[in-house]
Amino acid sequence: MNERFEISPRLRNTSLALIAVGIIALVAGLFNLKLSHDHVDQTRFWIVLLHNSVFFAMVTVASIFILAATSLAQGGWIVAYRRVPEAIGANMWLFGGIAVVVLLSIVYFFQIDGHNPIFHWVHPDGDAILEGKKAFLNPTMFTAFTVITVALWSYFGFKFRAISLAQDLAPKGKTKLYFYNMKVAALFLVVFCLTMMSTTPWLWVMSIDAHWYSTLFSWYNFASSFVSGMAMIMLWVVYLKNQGNLKIVNKEHIHDLGKFLFAFSVFWTYLWFSQFMLIWYANIPEETTYFKVRMQGPYSIIFYANFIINFIMPILILMARPSKRNYFTVTYMAMIIVFGHWLDFFQMEMPGPLGAHWHLGWYEIGIFTGFIGLFIFAVSKSLAKHSLVTSNNPLLKETIIHQS
Amino acid sequence: MAIKKFAVACYDDEAVLFPAIDKVRNSGYKLHDVYTPFPVHGLDQAMGLKETDLHIAGFIYGITGTSTAVGFMSWIFTKDWPINFGGKPHFSLPAFIPITFELTVLFAAVGMVLTFCYLNQIMPGVKKHVFHPRQTDDTFVVAIELSEHTSEAEVLAFLKSTGANETNVQVAESEWWYGRFDKKEAYELS
Repeated sequence: MNERFEISPRLRNTSLALIAVGIIALVAGLFNLKLSHDHVDQTRFWIVLLHNSVFFAMVTVASIFILAATSLAQGGWIVAYRRVPEAIGANMWLFGGIAVVVLLSIVYFFQIDGHNPIFHWVHPDGDAILEGKKAFLNPTMFTAFTVITVALWSYFGFKFRAISLAQDLAPKGKTKLYFYNMKVAALFLVVFCLTMMSTTPWLWVMSIDAHWYSTLFSWYNFASSFVSGMAMIMLWVVYLKNQGNLKIVNKEHIHDLGKFLFAFSVFWTYLWFSQFMLIWYANIPEETTYFKVRMQGPYSIIFYANFIINFIMPILILMARPSKRNYFTVTYMAMIIVFGHWLDFFQMEMPGPLGAHWHLGWYEIGIFTGFIGLFIFAVSKSLAKHSLVTSNNPLLKETIIHQS
Repeated sequence: MAIKKFAVACYDDEAVLFPAIDKVRNSGYKLHDVYTPFPVHGLDQAMGLKETDLHIAGFIYGITGTSTAVGFMSWIFTKDWPINFGGKPHFSLPAFIPITFELTVLFAAVGMVLTFCYLNQIMPGVKKHVFHPRQTDDTFVVAIELSEHTSEAEVLAFLKSTGANETNVQVAESEWWYGRFDKKEAYELS
């Protein structure tokens, strides 16, 4: 099967306009915030870039993860639109690269009066707790982990796509590449569990609150990024379907993606609550400071909005079978979920450096818009490069007759 | 609970069974049920069964469990026997959540199992008429409900023509009943 996706002028212009908004926000931020004398403004400039670049890098790697997981489980349902997560994963180098540049700039170039307002551990300055964590939390370790992680993710992002494209050209009925793909998937899951499931969120997100720690944090981050990654895939599939592409995709496949949105929203809540309840119950001051500022402090509105958007809404709206099979409901919920988890990362990252001086204004929204534009632009380029439907995949027939 | 007359046809093969069910439904006979030794994909659609409402029952049981747990714990810890646990407020919702969750699952699970048994008329200690002893072994059994006006010979000939290798007419109880004995014996005893 060969089915080409052509980027419509409307899509390209929209994405370029969104990128332009992002660039304007960045330049305006550079002059208004970065070059300002106010310490809060300077911090805001960097933390917003960190928030968005980390969020989009994690959303992108979620696509590679679902490819690996379904390859190993021999899931037939995803093969109908496998090219979408492949195209997202192939852009790992871009979003990972942006994250590396932003993170390393913050570690090496950002300091105010000899200390780093975002990553306090860069200059421990005799702080007993930070000195104790120095073996792990130091610029060298951070750089090594970040660069190796993003390099591996990008490699596997390219690899899955390359295998899938090679399968298209392979002789009919040959399963050699299919089983090779499973081996690569198994290898990626090992990499994934050592990065996204553990070290990456520690370094990129949790070390912003370097005095505090939670053993559940990486799982919680994984759930958050995974459900928004599935929402991104959903949005692309519905968009392509709307454009008249992806003819073999029908409500059964949409239903499966909808189940993922529903189930992993609940999973996210499970982890979110597990982390919260233990800290609330034990009531140890060094742990409760984390939730004091978020729940009862200046962030309480975002804290509760986060819970309502990411749990109450999905569980009520997506629970019924018909709503998971309705294109409008799933599109609407996918957009809500992406925004909700963007907000979730917002409330993880902002309180540490900014405290009460947080904003959800032109700069935050502008940079987010720019990243959305870049995401649409880059992924649509990758989608248009090759056929939208895989051929010669042993599970192709299974996916066409799939019933959810 | 009613004694009814059934025409029973046995088939060897799924490939014969599906066209036969189509023919039975198209010719206007009332399909009572189809018994198969194993779950057959697509049989529900072929028989024209409607989507089950079991999940709606499950939702109601779950909500019942949630409100039971929250209501009961709130009553105990605020009204009946308030205890101070580590200085927490008497009404501590986060502490109730795990138990609420468990009770929701318990109510939904137990309720749905019992509802499932009721809908399928299976339960320890109840009995249902068996149309053919080999329906749990290697035979697909189709039972058609007959009225007084139906000609038995005509039905049996029709079933033969759909590829049945064994046909007969049985008078039997259509629903389940309590007891381990056949209904016929029960009538003879009374």
